[in-house]
Amino acid sequence: MTAAISLRDVRKTFGDFTALKAVSFDIADNEFFTLLGPSGCGKTTLLRLIAGFEGTTGGTIHLYGQEIEGLPPDRRPVNTVFQNYALFPHMTVQENIAFGLQMLKWPRADIAARVAEMVAMVRLGDFVHRKPAQMSGGQQQRVALARAMAPRPKVLLLDEPLSALDLKLRQEMRSELKRLQRETGITFIFVTHDQEEALSMSDRIAVMSAGEVQQIGRPSEIYEHPANRFVADFIGETNLIDATVEAVEGQIVTCRLPDGETVHALANRAASKGQSGTLSIRPERLTITRDPPPGESLKGVLGASTYLGTDTHYEVRLGPNLSLTARMQNAEDAALRLDEGDPVHVSIVAGAARFLVT
Amino acid sequence: MTFDVRRYRGFFGLTMLCLFILYVPLLVVMVYSFNDSRSITNWEGVSLRWYVDVFTGPESEKFKQAAWNSLTIALSAAIVSTTIATAAAIGMVRGGAFRGKSATFALISLPIMVPEIVTAVATLIFFSTIAFPLGTLSILVAHIVFCIPFAYLPISARLQGIEASYEEAAQDLYAGRWATFRHVLFPIMGPGIMSGFLLAFIISLDDFIITNFVKGAGVETLPTAIFGSVKQGIQPNIMALSTLLLLFSIALVTLSYFIGKRGEALQPDRGD
Ligand SMILES: Nc1ncnc2c1ncn2[C@@H]1O[C@H](COP(=O)(O)OP(=O)(O)OP(=O)(O)O)[C@@H](O)[C@H]1O
Ligand SMILES: [Mg+2]
Repeated sequence: MTAAISLRDVRKTFGDFTALKAVSFDIADNEFFTLLGPSGCGKTTLLRLIAGFEGTTGGTIHLYGQEIEGLPPDRRPVNTVFQNYALFPHMTVQENIAFGLQMLKWPRADIAARVAEMVAMVRLGDFVHRKPAQMSGGQQQRVALARAMAPRPKVLLLDEPLSALDLKLRQEMRSELKRLQRETGITFIFVTHDQEEALSMSDRIAVMSAGEVQQIGRPSEIYEHPANRFVADFIGETNLIDATVEAVEGQIVTCRLPDGETVHALANRAASKGQSGTLSIRPERLTITRDPPPGESLKGVLGASTYLGTDTHYEVRLGPNLSLTARMQNAEDAALRLDEGDPVHVSIVAGAARFLVT
Repeated sequence: MTFDVRRYRGFFGLTMLCLFILYVPLLVVMVYSFNDSRSITNWEGVSLRWYVDVFTGPESEKFKQAAWNSLTIALSAAIVSTTIATAAAIGMVRGGAFRGKSATFALISLPIMVPEIVTAVATLIFFSTIAFPLGTLSILVAHIVFCIPFAYLPISARLQGIEASYEEAAQDLYAGRWATFRHVLFPIMGPGIMSGFLLAFIISLDDFIITNFVKGAGVETLPTAIFGSVKQGIQPNIMALSTLLLLFSIALVTLSYFIGKRGEALQPDRGD
């Protein structure tokens, strides 16, 4: 099975600034693939290289086995949903959606049928004769989606298509996008800097930083097994603690924390005794109790707490150089009434600590 | 406290003075064009005789020929210069950075700053050097050239306000370069192109100095014909003709204003 998109050592420089350094990965057919990373890490640049708006400085891009370097955007079977939508202001919704089909010289009857199908798919039936300026942001967004999907592209590129929408609409559109991707079977390459969006929608995620891919994997892999400190920090919340390896037993290392306590953790790759690295523990994998629990636990004093509805965030001071954040569900019958200054025990859910070799 | 020019003493008086100097002569011309008298200073009651005179009087043949020349020259000059200016604007605004870009911009817009009499003399010298016969064609060529910068400015201003993503979206949807221009860029630029066209048209219609230099014997445009008549003393028919020209210009400017308005309404709401 050939990959939908195959990038090999793709580089891009603007003058003496390097926007992408030797990016290589494959995107499978029918995949919902997400590029995730902070602002300026090169997500849009990568998308523009695939669409053909910019040429690569080095490396190759294959689309279903065919090298596409040198093909202009209008000869690539790839369509884009632009961040600002870029709907043609002088055309109605219908004309916008039909545009690509007209350029491909589809027969008139086929165009009408396809436009009707797309309009139904994005539920814009009442708006077909409106101009973009007469529609809300969410409606424009759906027109942009319909316009890009109408010509049945092999790959659909979406550059932060939800970022201009308000929270409620954004959540609605997430499931909408997911549904469209499933129904059409088109390969989606979705750009976002919103990790929640990435985790909830994607089959696989590529986490990028400063022009490099840091990790590629399924959402749970990225969250549970971050490849390095950047990924652990960027995806979700975590406690990052400098630590050194005390003992090694297969994948499991015993690491020493700044104040001398020891913790068992799963190492991201082979570690050796004396090596330094970072311990990453998610706040929701920490449990706070008044009494010492059975097994491994750390002693501390409760600091500030933040009530968040379903959960509460607790700050626990373990020593002069170390404090942790724990996130506990708020149970209805709060057996655990904790106040600032209370002595407590913190235990780590078995197998939840990660040691990241630097 | 915000700056409000109306609070300054003398503002009202100065404004009135400017408006007076600007518009009273025009008003006088318009009012006296309806005078029934042969004299241009004595009022003898309302009449349309000078308008009739413009179309049927002894000078009417000359005026009709001149008006025809003016209109055809202005129309052709505006069409050609707008086309060239549009191509130049796309090259300058969308062409990316190239060497000598600032110099090119200066070259395009300099003719607006050069005193017109200098351009006129230079154009005449150029035509006689290459032995180009003076006549309608020489006027047309000169007008095309000096109208380009006037057409260029509104067109490039409009194009700078259009995001490149519309063109990218068109290309992404399988439109080639020409289809992108025809179906997307041109309609969105349309109001700018129309303003440039109308500006070039009015500038050409109105030009006297350059035309007078390069027209050669026997060919007249409206401004040179009016000037020729006035040399023998101002007749009331000139006031009628001037009033007609003024109304025509006002109509064009109004048209250009409404086209500009329509263009603004087309700018999409980003929804954020
Ligand atoms: N045409 C260009 N010329 C010079 N530098 C550019 C150009 N396009 C992008 N860059 C630079 O390349 C880097 C990556 O830009 P890119 O737009 O790909 O970031 P991004 O990951 O999409 O960020 P965001 O989330 O803010 O959209 C940035 O530092 C940017 O300044
Ligand atoms: Mg971007």
